[in-house]
Amino acid sequence: MKNILLGNEAVARGAFEYGVTVASAYPGTPSTEITENIKKYENINTEWSPNEKVALEVGIGASIAGARTIVSMKHVGLNVAADALMSISYPGVNAGLLLAVADDPSQHSSQNEQDTRYYGMAAKVPVLEPSDSQECKDFVGHGLKISETFDTPVILRLNTRISHSQSMVELQEKVPYQLKEYDKNPNKYIVAPAVAKKRRVIAEERLRKLEEFAETTELNTVEYKNRDIGIITSGIAYQYSKEVLPDASYLKLGLSYPLPRKKITEFIKNCKIVYVIEELEPIMEEKIKSWGLSVIGKEVIPIIGELNQEIVRASVLRKTIDGVKSELSKEIPVRPPVLCPGCHHRGVFYVLKKLKLHVSGDIGCYTLAAFAPLSAMDTSICMGASIGMAFGFEKARGKEFSKKTVAVIGDSTFIHSGITALIDVVYNQGNTTVIILDNSTTAMTGHQDHPGTGCTIRGEKSHAVDFVALAKAIGIKRIQTVDAHDITELERIVLEETQAEEPSVIITKRPCVLLKNASLIHEPLSITGCKGCKACMKIGCPAISFSSGKAEIKKDLCVGCELCTRICEFDAIKKEA
Amino acid sequence: MNILLAAVGGQGAVLASRILGKMAQNSGLDVKVSEVHGMSQRGGSVVTYVRFGEKIHSPIIEKGTADIILAFEMLEGARYVEWLKPGGTLITSSQRIDPMPVITGTAEYPEDLEERIQALPIHYKVIDALTYAREAGNPKTINVVLIGALASTTDIEEEKWHTAIKESVPDKLADINLKAFKIGFEMSQLTKSNGENDEI
Repeated sequence: MKNILLGNEAVARGAFEYGVTVASAYPGTPSTEITENIKKYENINTEWSPNEKVALEVGIGASIAGARTIVSMKHVGLNVAADALMSISYPGVNAGLLLAVADDPSQHSSQNEQDTRYYGMAAKVPVLEPSDSQECKDFVGHGLKISETFDTPVILRLNTRISHSQSMVELQEKVPYQLKEYDKNPNKYIVAPAVAKKRRVIAEERLRKLEEFAETTELNTVEYKNRDIGIITSGIAYQYSKEVLPDASYLKLGLSYPLPRKKITEFIKNCKIVYVIEELEPIMEEKIKSWGLSVIGKEVIPIIGELNQEIVRASVLRKTIDGVKSELSKEIPVRPPVLCPGCHHRGVFYVLKKLKLHVSGDIGCYTLAAFAPLSAMDTSICMGASIGMAFGFEKARGKEFSKKTVAVIGDSTFIHSGITALIDVVYNQGNTTVIILDNSTTAMTGHQDHPGTGCTIRGEKSHAVDFVALAKAIGIKRIQTVDAHDITELERIVLEETQAEEPSVIITKRPCVLLKNASLIHEPLSITGCKGCKACMKIGCPAISFSSGKAEIKKDLCVGCELCTRICEFDAIKKEA
Repeated sequence: MNILLAAVGGQGAVLASRILGKMAQNSGLDVKVSEVHGMSQRGGSVVTYVRFGEKIHSPIIEKGTADIILAFEMLEGARYVEWLKPGGTLITSSQRIDPMPVITGTAEYPEDLEERIQALPIHYKVIDALTYAREAGNPKTINVVLIGALASTTDIEEEKWHTAIKESVPDKLADINLKAFKIGFEMSQLTKSNGENDEI
């Protein structure tokens, strides 16, 4: 039976069909739906982990204990899990261990464009690159088999376009798979130097064997047509190329690391001009050129951003398609993402801006408060960085500067990697004020539960991390919890805590307005007797606009959160009668 | 067939593209649908692509090759007009949502948008999808109202659309969405689509 599936759904289906029984992940666009779909298969023990490192460690344990396992994350999540990946490479696996890692070329939802294939090279583990949903499913099977045959973790490299595109997939029955015996084998899994040095040699031999395998595997296909142009490509770049150059010859590398040297050399010999069309870094290209072979790559193909048909056409054929010509798009204002109407972060950042504080920010929906008109965040670098960085500000500039500074971090991000930095602040006697924006969910990635919500991925009740008790236990004495909507009280607390001569934690609490159980969503507000002072425009609410000297509220967008009523000095904003 | 859906994050473009994908699948065609998730969904400009035919390689639509743009907001439709092939069709909701730079006063919502679009070599239809969605019983059904408007411009049998909608929405919302489809289809049918500016 065929069905249309998202790439991420197809990975999940592959996990089901090929006998995976343990899956772990931390949400991250564009990888999130892999695990959201895996949870639908009841025989797969699935979890949202606190972060990617824990997710991979759970995965490594499950593999050694005999279960086929998939661990999913976005590209930057692999930075967090990198210690575990680099360390499990030499020991290898027991049952198949697959890391599904989704890159984000063009940075649709990410801070960088790092190319996950570099991790494959650094860790000396094979990298598979599917080019559509069917291959997403199939390559899960191939990956698990390669993992077990060659005793290695395997990376399945996805990207935004593969993960978030739907295409047809042939569904199959589940392949019977038995849990393997627990591999009690300290000579393999204790990476003390005496063991690890031996495993280092084995890992190198493994790579040689994988190079031989790359020559013969069905994952790498050669398709000769017109030999004037040969294309060496992988993943989504294959689809763009195939559409623009349907009659060229192709070497499509489903296993893109390690590369099949003989196969590539022969292909290049058989074609007049060979292009290497790969998205992001020139990884295949540089390796091929290092063998003294002549190919064209990043001389014409951009290194930055996603590829597409237009780019391939312009780069290889120097042609463009004649479509509708218009100057309109150049004049149309951009529409950046914004905090939702009714979002509880809005009031918090309004207060921080009003108090003219230095704000060390973090990663989540609230990063959007960095942009106009709120413009209330100075930095946002990586998951969990806000607290350590605020402490760094203090170390560089002293306690008085610290009294003008706060770190802001979401509940999920705090659990992901903020806790250790808070311990550092206490241990090394800092003054830092930390605001935990607790909206009871991982909002930006589409509302996943986390250890602070008291609910597992399957909706089972679990213990909810108590942020107050946690802060107390690590030595914070000043802790205050406040309703994120009560901006008067919040302002008072922020002033009080930033002035304190010791570290403090402020928890702003309110469930995300988009959550089904959120108490909000009242009737919309309206404005009568507006004086045109524009105070309400400072909060950047999409439901409030300004024309002909007056503010007005768009009923179809307003959710009635009433934040603007607290800001209007003329009492002009009211519930509709 | 290449259909580009342009919308503001949260308007339901992903569901609309899934309905189109289902319809193509049920018709036995090869199909690819490219969606937007994550940060840009938060009220930002979103674009999804639906392509179906004998064999589809790329999930994204190349500039100058879209047969139809289905726009959920005026500005968003205009943003992508260069993706249309000459003679292609722009179906847009008349809804106007100000982007943040307009709200903060650093940019202006172009007031001559419609005239500028009318001057292009394309077919153009405007539909008050929000009002019709309210008529159907839920303002969130603007996506299905627009699917109805799109369906009226194609030769695909109505039944195929009904099936795709039923397969794509929760059972309890099927009736309301079928009603939204019907209103969109009928209101759009009442107008010509011959390259003139048709307002319904």
